[in-house]
Amino acid sequence: MFVLDPATGLDALVRALVDDGYRVVGPLVRDGVIVYDDVRSGDDLPKGVTVEQSAGRWRLTIDDRPTRFSWTPGADSWKRFVFPAHQEVLRVRHVDGSFATTRPPSPDRPLALLGARDCETRALGVLDRVLIDPDHPDPRYAERRADTFVVAVTCGQPSATCWCTSMGGGPRPREGFDILLTEVTTGVHRLIAEPGSERGSALLARVGIAPATDEDHADVEAVADAATSSMPARLPGADIPTLLAGMHHPHWDEVAARCLSCANCTMVCPTCFCSTLSDTAALGADHAAGAETVRVQEWASCFQLDHSNLAGHPVRATTMSRYRQWLTHKLQTWPEQFGTLGCVGCGRCTTWCPAGIDLVEEAAVLIGAGAQGGTP
Amino acid sequence: MSRPTLAVWKFASCDGCQLTILDCEDELLEIAAALDIRMFLEAGPSELLDHYDISLVEGSITTAHDAERIVDVRNRSGLLVTIGACATAGGVQALRNTADVAEYCTTVYARPDWIETLATSTPIAEHVKVDHELRGCPVSKRELVDTITALLAGRRLPITSHSVCVECTAAGNHCLLVADGTACLGPVTHAGCGALCPGLQRGCFGCFGPSEAANLDALHAAWTAAGISDDALHRALRTFNVAAPEFRDAAARLTSSST
Repeated sequence: MFVLDPATGLDALVRALVDDGYRVVGPLVRDGVIVYDDVRSGDDLPKGVTVEQSAGRWRLTIDDRPTRFSWTPGADSWKRFVFPAHQEVLRVRHVDGSFATTRPPSPDRPLALLGARDCETRALGVLDRVLIDPDHPDPRYAERRADTFVVAVTCGQPSATCWCTSMGGGPRPREGFDILLTEVTTGVHRLIAEPGSERGSALLARVGIAPATDEDHADVEAVADAATSSMPARLPGADIPTLLAGMHHPHWDEVAARCLSCANCTMVCPTCFCSTLSDTAALGADHAAGAETVRVQEWASCFQLDHSNLAGHPVRATTMSRYRQWLTHKLQTWPEQFGTLGCVGCGRCTTWCPAGIDLVEEAAVLIGAGAQGGTP
Repeated sequence: MSRPTLAVWKFASCDGCQLTILDCEDELLEIAAALDIRMFLEAGPSELLDHYDISLVEGSITTAHDAERIVDVRNRSGLLVTIGACATAGGVQALRNTADVAEYCTTVYARPDWIETLATSTPIAEHVKVDHELRGCPVSKRELVDTITALLAGRRLPITSHSVCVECTAAGNHCLLVADGTACLGPVTHAGCGALCPGLQRGCFGCFGPSEAANLDALHAAWTAAGISDDALHRALRTFNVAAPEFRDAAARLTSSST
């Protein structure tokens, strides 16, 4: 482990990644929320930011503390960078009585994700399982994910909507990163950096920082322990699939009465992967030589009526059936389908639900366990 | 190959949707090349033909004369596509539907006896069969061009009826209702605008009307939780799509619960 100065060390890290040819993406404060976007220096990252999250509510405050990671993530997730909301897939041009196709260029640089939390590195693992599936790989996703450098961060101050500890995670990531940073604010304010891969190790050596002491190690454990104890287990994680109520439980209708069917939960979910393909032809493309048709892939949601269109008719015509589809896929049928949990416990769906529907509370009712975890 | 003929008709409206057609500056020459525009008073052409392959209809029905005229337009049209909130929901002029029109006439006009008008403003689909509807106040330029393109190619229209939230979150905007307590109709509003207002930090005004699964009671609860008054919601629902059934009924429930 190494010790970084929260200002100069972070900046050195960003610059080293840029020098190594990465597109560095990290957290920025924009219009009162945390978003992920291109970062050019360590100074771009939030400073003194606190976030308050509850069901249907987000508030961000900034004070004069020098802290860099004293917040929890917003609606934005890294999904946007590896699986964009809107991407061109194919372009077809009518030439000499035939068709010429072109595909968009591959990314020119690998991504470096700066500041990923444990729930987020696990979410990337969940997406990898789905989108780099050996039978049905998404080549564009695979290209974007290739060589991704991950600088993870220990979650020091989880929000009220965080529940990663119920879903196989915790504030301190155990894998899926090249470098892990833990911000320590007791004593001298510092970032403790530990490598998770050889290239992470090499980068830390280059940034040239002091090795960590036993006291630093102890402080890292203390940060993670304090965060863990602030998140009591709320649901019985891996046991949820067998405990979840069946299709005819009356609570599905009760939730549906409050659900806006707006699709926000699925759009902010870091593991929701549904998409749709559509073709847009240039006006008169059927007749004009040289006219182009563009095929795009866009995020889709199981809350959209046409998501379940079969033979021109939606199979899941009611909000009840769509909410049930979403929750049961996320918590019950995903393991059956992909062998992993579909939810990482990040709480985005709960915070960013305008109706304030708390997935954990609903699931607790549906497994008959109350919101305290354990078996019913 | 002969180009399909097009007519653009105006009923009770502000002409904004017709102007959106003219505002398709980059595509206008292509539209004119692909279609034979024979009736479009706003732009010039005024040939009364027995048949147009496609009719675009702007505006609502507010007079007995227009109620007859729309039947005539229908009879002359192959495909009839309504454009905008007036044609699809009755427009802002449908505020009269729950008011005393005679009293309005007395208040507004010096000679109310010269005014011949119906007691209601109604969408085109209440009078004749409509093949496709484009929502919005005004319609979206992109949806308009994509619709014309799809009609010419004989493809399904690229119109999505899910909520504005879908395009808002996809655009990378954060939810204003959640993050700022901003009054936003996005969760119950039909997509198509590209989340224009929320992208500029303004709550959605609902100008595309109700979405496919609009749950107004849930929105009422969400606005209340954000500290927004029933009066504000009542006003927000009674604008461009005041007569759209979901908005109209929700506003009526608010009125009856407050009295």
